[in-house]
Amino acid sequence: MIEIIGIFLLCLTVITAIGVVRTTSLFAAVMLMGIFSLLMAAAFILLDAADVALTEAAVGAGISTVLMLSALALTGDRREKPSNRPRVLSLIVVVITAGTIFYATFDKPALGDPKAPIHQHVTPEYFAMTRQLIDIPNVVTAVLASFRGYDTFGEVLVVFTAGIGVLFLLGTGPTTRRRRQLSSARGLKHHQPLRIGGKVVIPFIILFAFYVQFHGEYSPGGGFQAGAIFAAAVILYGLLEGERRGLAVLPPQFLLYMSAGGALLFGGVGVACMLLGGNFLDYNVLANDSVTAQQLGILIIELGVGVTVAGVLLAIYHAFAARGVQ
Amino acid sequence: MSQILNLSHYWVFVLLLMIGFYAVLTRTNLVKKLLGLAIFQSAVFLLFISMGKIDGGTAPIILNDDWSQTFSSPLPQVLILTAIVVGISTLALGLAIVVRIKEAYGRIDDIDASSSEN
Repeated sequence: MIEIIGIFLLCLTVITAIGVVRTTSLFAAVMLMGIFSLLMAAAFILLDAADVALTEAAVGAGISTVLMLSALALTGDRREKPSNRPRVLSLIVVVITAGTIFYATFDKPALGDPKAPIHQHVTPEYFAMTRQLIDIPNVVTAVLASFRGYDTFGEVLVVFTAGIGVLFLLGTGPTTRRRRQLSSARGLKHHQPLRIGGKVVIPFIILFAFYVQFHGEYSPGGGFQAGAIFAAAVILYGLLEGERRGLAVLPPQFLLYMSAGGALLFGGVGVACMLLGGNFLDYNVLANDSVTAQQLGILIIELGVGVTVAGVLLAIYHAFAARGVQ
Repeated sequence: MSQILNLSHYWVFVLLLMIGFYAVLTRTNLVKKLLGLAIFQSAVFLLFISMGKIDGGTAPIILNDDWSQTFSSPLPQVLILTAIVVGISTLALGLAIVVRIKEAYGRIDDIDASSSEN
């Protein structure tokens, strides 16, 4: 039964994807993309990936839609002009590539096959090591923050670098003087139902973000999800109350400190481990008991991840929003 | 029938990948190209997560210290979780470039042809 639901969901994602490509209205394409992400998140749940589904729902269906709409508002284009690219040629290329990959899928292990290579070496080892060395219920968090800490540190730096890139291209938002000039009539202030409904929800979204952040070792969650959810709450506030009050909550300067500070905290834990005689990001030396030390290290670096992700996403959003005012 | 069920996720992966690829190839609107890339990326996410699934398994979160259950693999989930957040950052970077192109050239369709005019 569950397989049928899975296939049904995947059929819907394919249909939505075709819709995104075929529609000439850019607005419709962006909204369909949000639906696509939500369907994808549901499919991830069925594939036992709760953490990934949470991330996809917060980032793909939430923040990415807002960013796309801000970009559309800035470019002013609502409708796509007809393309003059050779369609038949592209179609031939696509069909040949599809045929090649399709042929390759017959060599893949079947979905859920316990004998598949992935379930033979790496996975049992991660479970055994998590149980022995870290002892936290969420193995995804253990692998993310401890066993693959280098990898995660790299990803955080990529997020930080992308944020810096956006700020270089669009500017860091209005200065304090300009901010005062922003009209207070902006936002959705005159839509009372939206405004009141939104205001009721925002505190709970922020509470949920903190729960996801600090309970990430025991339930789905962690710094990446919490940062995205927190950013979504502040973005919602900015949308409802206007850009000026949104900026007053967390000023652009503070967001820059957040983006850099989180990454520094992550790297700082690594350096602290080295100073205490261990390897980079080897948390064992942080406390007397190595299991407690691992849990402490994971808690701190997850906080660093969360702060950086929230800071970068908010800085990016304000960069887009402020560009429209100038 | 079982063959179809077993490989269906990989086929959906191929379909989504090619839909995204087709959009990147044929669309001249830069926002649309980025949407195509995002679909392409989601297809790869689906491929990785599908590989981690195990029959009768559950999410790799151990409840009540019961380690004897069957769990799906956490590794692809870790890789994709970080990739999603990196994906939104790079998408934002792409959108920022599109905004600057619009400001410099006045349009985001058919940039190849317009570049000679400026």
